[in-house]
Amino acid sequence: MNRSGLWGDILSLTAEHFVLVVVSMAIAVAIGLPTGILLTRKAPLRGWVLGFANVMQTIPSLALFGFLIPIPFIGGIGKRTAIVALVLYALLPILRNTLVGILGVDPAVRESAVAMGMTGRQLLFQVELPLAVRTILAGIRVATVTTIGTATIAAAIGAGGLGVFIFRGIASVDTTQILAGAIPAALLALISDGGLGWIEKRFSAV
Amino acid sequence: MTAVEFRQVSYRAGGLAILDQFTLAVQPGETLVLLGRSGAGKTTALKMVNGLVFPTTGEIVVEGRTTTAWDLIELRRSIGYVIQEVGLFPHLTVAENVGIVPRLKSWTAERIAARTRELLTQVDLAPEEFAGRYPRQLSGGQRQRVGVARALAAEPRLLLFDEPFGALDPVTRLELQNQFLALRERLHKTCIFVTHDVREALRLGTRIALLDRGRLETLATPDQFLKSLGPQTRGFLAVLDQELRAKGEEPQSHT
Repeated sequence: MNRSGLWGDILSLTAEHFVLVVVSMAIAVAIGLPTGILLTRKAPLRGWVLGFANVMQTIPSLALFGFLIPIPFIGGIGKRTAIVALVLYALLPILRNTLVGILGVDPAVRESAVAMGMTGRQLLFQVELPLAVRTILAGIRVATVTTIGTATIAAAIGAGGLGVFIFRGIASVDTTQILAGAIPAALLALISDGGLGWIEKRFSAV
Repeated sequence: MTAVEFRQVSYRAGGLAILDQFTLAVQPGETLVLLGRSGAGKTTALKMVNGLVFPTTGEIVVEGRTTTAWDLIELRRSIGYVIQEVGLFPHLTVAENVGIVPRLKSWTAERIAARTRELLTQVDLAPEEFAGRYPRQLSGGQRQRVGVARALAAEPRLLLFDEPFGALDPVTRLELQNQFLALRERLHKTCIFVTHDVREALRLGTRIALLDRGRLETLATPDQFLKSLGPQTRGFLAVLDQELRAKGEEPQSHT
């Protein structure tokens, strides 16, 4: 492989990796945030849902990708399976931080809001979410950084991304290829961490 | 029409009777103090007025309607509520905190701004200095003043106070009690005021309802209360006597 070919591959695989992460995180937030809010209202469900998310986290990622392959509709080879697995991984930090952030709102503040005649929706959007936003964003940040790392393994089930370089490099004992996958992935993680951290700090009024 | 009426209200939680056949009528314009020890049921009774708690049996009538017949959101927006922890919204400025109920009631921005300035002035917080501050930039006494202004914001006829000055130092507490009296003089609101401090009850109340283990023990004006012979009343007055005696002895020890 010539040099310009390698750079081109790095760019296209980084883009593919990025899309994989963004799609997975969007779905994980879309599921995790409302579920987390629901859990603040329904205490009996907490143990079950958090338990499920916890178990998902404990399954080794390579094994989880493997488990999903034979499952119909969500499984098989390719991006869809990878996204399902990445979403399952990302859920726990988002769920947990949403729950902790909202439950952490001072009970006196919540009682005042209710006593002043806020509806459930107003309480959520005007008081609870603004006060929990930093904690929730911290959860999303942790989930994003983890997902960028885990997504490299998705190449094992044909989902593409920077993991392609790494697996290829391991197979051909080629350090250059491994680094061509690892370095952009690490940079992506660092940049995401920094960017999301910056957004988090902008909510420092609280 | 009475402002608030408790009709044979009982409340049980975990097998315990928090309130037991509690009956009381609060007249418009008066300041009724609910006095009692911790666990006497004062706060529970108060929270029933704005529908934060509902009785197990009996009913509470607010301005002619039982709390179960009221639209709860409407009821709560028409009642001011001040608690010891203040409960200011930490992510909103002082002005935004004060304007929250008017905003919920969809007042215009100009009307809210004017009302906020007026209220901050009334509680002796200069609007130019305090309007833009956040609650964490205020002292305890200032925070409680904002709490009072917030409760007054949407011009409620009825105000509920749950030991609002309990956490303040004695000097600040006295200042706020005096401000309470001045505001009452001017605004003629009906107030229900919970406290365990007999001096506060005597100073602020037009009538005092003494609660003991969920029952109404005594209902009296401050003057009558001082002459009362009920065992619970004597208990509270003994505290007062002791303090007076302690003060009386102090100058002697100096001479």
